[in-house]
Amino acid sequence: MKRPNDLLLRAVSKVAVLIILTFSINLFYSGHHNPGGGFIGGLGVTAALILLFLTYDIETVTDNLPVDFKKVAAIGVLIAVGTGAGSFFFDAAFLSQTFGYFDIPVFGKTELATAVLFDLGVALAVIGSAVTIIQTISEDE
Amino acid sequence: MVWSWFHVLILFPFLFAIIVPFLDRFFKTRIHTGWFVLFVPVILFISLLRYIPVVSNGETILLTIPWVPSLGINFTTYIDGLSLIFALLISGVGALVVLYSIYYMSKEREALHNFYVYILLFMGAMLGVVFSDNLFVLYVFWELTSISSFLLIAYWYERKRSRYGAQKSMLITIFGGLSMLAGFVMLSMITDTYSIREMINQREVIAGHALFLPAMILLLLGAFTKSAQFPFSIWLPDAMEAPTPISAYLHSATMVKAGIYLVARFTPVFGGSAEWFWIVSSVGIVTLLYGSVTAVRQIDLKALLAYSTISQLGLIMSLLGLGSAAVYYGNGDESAFFAVAVLAAIFHLVNHSTFKGSLFMVVGIIDHETGTRNIRRLGGLLSLMPISFTVALIGSFSMAGLPPFNGFLSKEMFFTGVLNSMSLPIFGMEKFGVIFPVIAWIASVFTFIYSMILLFKTFAGQYYPERLEKEAHEAPIGMLISPVILASLVIVIFFFPNVLSDYVLQPALVSILPALADSGGIDVQITAWHGLTTELFMTIGVVVLGTLMYLTLRKWKGIYSFFSTEGRLNILYDQGIEKMESFSYGLTNRYMTGSVRDYLVYIFGFMILIVGGSLLLLDGLAFNFATDVPITTYEIGIVIGIVLSGLIVIFAKSRLTAIIALGALGYFVSILFVLFRAPDLALTQLVVETATVALFLLCFYHLPEFKKRGKGVGFKLTNLIISLGVGILFTAIALSADANRLFEPISGFFEQSYELAGAKNIVNAILVDFRGFDTMLEIVVLMIAALGVFTLIKLRLDRRDGEE
Repeated sequence: MKRPNDLLLRAVSKVAVLIILTFSINLFYSGHHNPGGGFIGGLGVTAALILLFLTYDIETVTDNLPVDFKKVAAIGVLIAVGTGAGSFFFDAAFLSQTFGYFDIPVFGKTELATAVLFDLGVALAVIGSAVTIIQTISEDE
Repeated sequence: MVWSWFHVLILFPFLFAIIVPFLDRFFKTRIHTGWFVLFVPVILFISLLRYIPVVSNGETILLTIPWVPSLGINFTTYIDGLSLIFALLISGVGALVVLYSIYYMSKEREALHNFYVYILLFMGAMLGVVFSDNLFVLYVFWELTSISSFLLIAYWYERKRSRYGAQKSMLITIFGGLSMLAGFVMLSMITDTYSIREMINQREVIAGHALFLPAMILLLLGAFTKSAQFPFSIWLPDAMEAPTPISAYLHSATMVKAGIYLVARFTPVFGGSAEWFWIVSSVGIVTLLYGSVTAVRQIDLKALLAYSTISQLGLIMSLLGLGSAAVYYGNGDESAFFAVAVLAAIFHLVNHSTFKGSLFMVVGIIDHETGTRNIRRLGGLLSLMPISFTVALIGSFSMAGLPPFNGFLSKEMFFTGVLNSMSLPIFGMEKFGVIFPVIAWIASVFTFIYSMILLFKTFAGQYYPERLEKEAHEAPIGMLISPVILASLVIVIFFFPNVLSDYVLQPALVSILPALADSGGIDVQITAWHGLTTELFMTIGVVVLGTLMYLTLRKWKGIYSFFSTEGRLNILYDQGIEKMESFSYGLTNRYMTGSVRDYLVYIFGFMILIVGGSLLLLDGLAFNFATDVPITTYEIGIVIGIVLSGLIVIFAKSRLTAIIALGALGYFVSILFVLFRAPDLALTQLVVETATVALFLLCFYHLPEFKKRGKGVGFKLTNLIISLGVGILFTAIALSADANRLFEPISGFFEQSYELAGAKNIVNAILVDFRGFDTMLEIVVLMIAALGVFTLIKLRLDRRDGEE
């Protein structure tokens, strides 16, 4: 990719990526009760990575973030299917989700739901797939 | 009982096939894999023997396990005389063939794991065919036999002829299988059941139905292609490219008899009608004549045996056709009189498996020990291979119909069957009945001639060592065991035919002709000598004329050059395949242009036609604006923004402008979601839009120069019509979906998300909990798409590297 004189973009990106990532994680966790969830959270992370790809060279990003995103996608799908299959151990139908309220120190009364695990799978699958597509296309010279 | 040992028995070959590759790898070059595989048919055969006493008492066993219960498909096995006789052949001949193959297939040179996996696959599939009561389960197994046959013919896939033969057999038998499936569908439509037994109970309903004849013809197409009946027989000679154990097993003893099985199984349903009688018996008798006449001119021993198999299958088929007249009479003396033909068919089925199996194995031995199967090169092997000669003598004399071999008995019964059918007062047989004995007799003469060719041209005459690739010698003892067992059965059956008849043949007869069940079969004693009857004189005539013609073979063989049906049929097939290939190539090239725009035209065009068409035809178009909320100023503003950015996309001069305008359009839509108080959707839309714009910008680098394609008015008009059509269609669908209230909204259920899923966010509760299955499949699709993009681009890159 061409390297334009983009000092401003780089300076902004360094901060913006951090904000976008934090916001994405927040979106992911708030999904249970507020707008958000795995899909949006995953897309947010993807957007942050795209910004990195655009600002810096794709090689630079790949060198500093040596993750095979195809595997990320596969792991995501496996987690999602795995939580579904996990229902069998509790004699429940495939993909049954459950939730409960627990008292945890510091956080107080907290709701824990198995749906979060499933959502994590969704998020990873989205990140992995989207980044794989973008990486592949941009590497194609 | 839900699960039974019997089902395990049928699935046993499949289960064992899984571990064969591991056995092969572990014991490679130490122990021949065949020794392990041998257990399967032996165990099957012994377990099946236990059912003989039960079945010979006239009992039948029915076992059911649900497979796809919601579709009414159950794995129902039905054990009666007919299925048992086939199962015994499959496992019995299977055991002998596996034993033979241990010596035939070299463990050093051959890919044995493939060989034995295919053979076990076939064995299981064949057992499935004969034991299934459910039509569609039968169909699945039926096609599985075609596929395993394909794999086995192409076993030496590096040979061109093997691939050609495999493809030919596949195309013809699968064509038949598919028409059979259509026939099955019709039958199940008529009777509203998938069970063959229940269809037999409803035979009056079937006989009176308009689809009776189409269903029957389609079903028979399946049977005729599988059993290599004329003119579909052309695949069988080419199938001889398979290793000889396979030819002995699939292409003479079992698979080709699946068609016979099907005809026998459906005789109670269709039998008694003139159409069934004439189609089955005339196709059979033509095949008999064609096969035997063509066999005489063959110079390859296996090709000779292939045509001989075709001819013998035709014989059995014609007997089943003639015997179906017994169904017309129900139970009684006339019925028993014509049922002799059916009994002869079953008897010959067993006999054919014994003598033809032994002959194939002997030919395999000759091929193995001399390196050729060409009868012009062979000769004088009598003193070199005495045991093989003895087996070949027994087999070919039995095939020719000479005493004291079992072929004599069934050939006599065959003559009895055709002679009896002459006196049929129905189906127009009073006029044409005489045709059958005449053709049968002529075909028997030719059968006699080719049996003699097989025996004497190979073993008698002068031995020419220089014409053979190897020095001829007797085969190892292990290779001789199986043919010797089969040959001794040929003699044993001749002396004790009634033991076989009482325990195995009569129960099978009752399965084919259920009306005879009360009397427990027909009162026929099979004897070698029954006085100076017409049958005996016919046999004597066959021997006398056959011997004369064999001795003068050289003088009249020239006649064959005048008519070559088999050559003509093969040319027809080859040209047909060639034409179809070039036609489909041309057709595919016409619409697969490689232009994305063309593909989108197809997709959207069909979408407008089908969705719009069904919307109009099913009267779904409805508008109801009564409950709509008033439109606000904000919304009007945003819609104007959407329309404007849409127009910019269309009229943009550069790609960059178009992409940014498209992104703007997306952001406008997400603001619309915000107005409608759908924050989740709006968020998603925003992020998706961002990602898409970035993706487009990336692709932008790779796209060619952006210029208006000067394709003229027609090009633009098509675009306009399609885009207008899609727009109008989806507006109409959205409005109609709102106006048509077919049932109560289900949103009430989702509103309980906090109670049911502990989530205050309904959207997310739907995504991960209520409709979690959809989400799971969606992310799978997403991942597949990503991998698709990856592989497409990487593969293209690799290929480009290779070219440079």
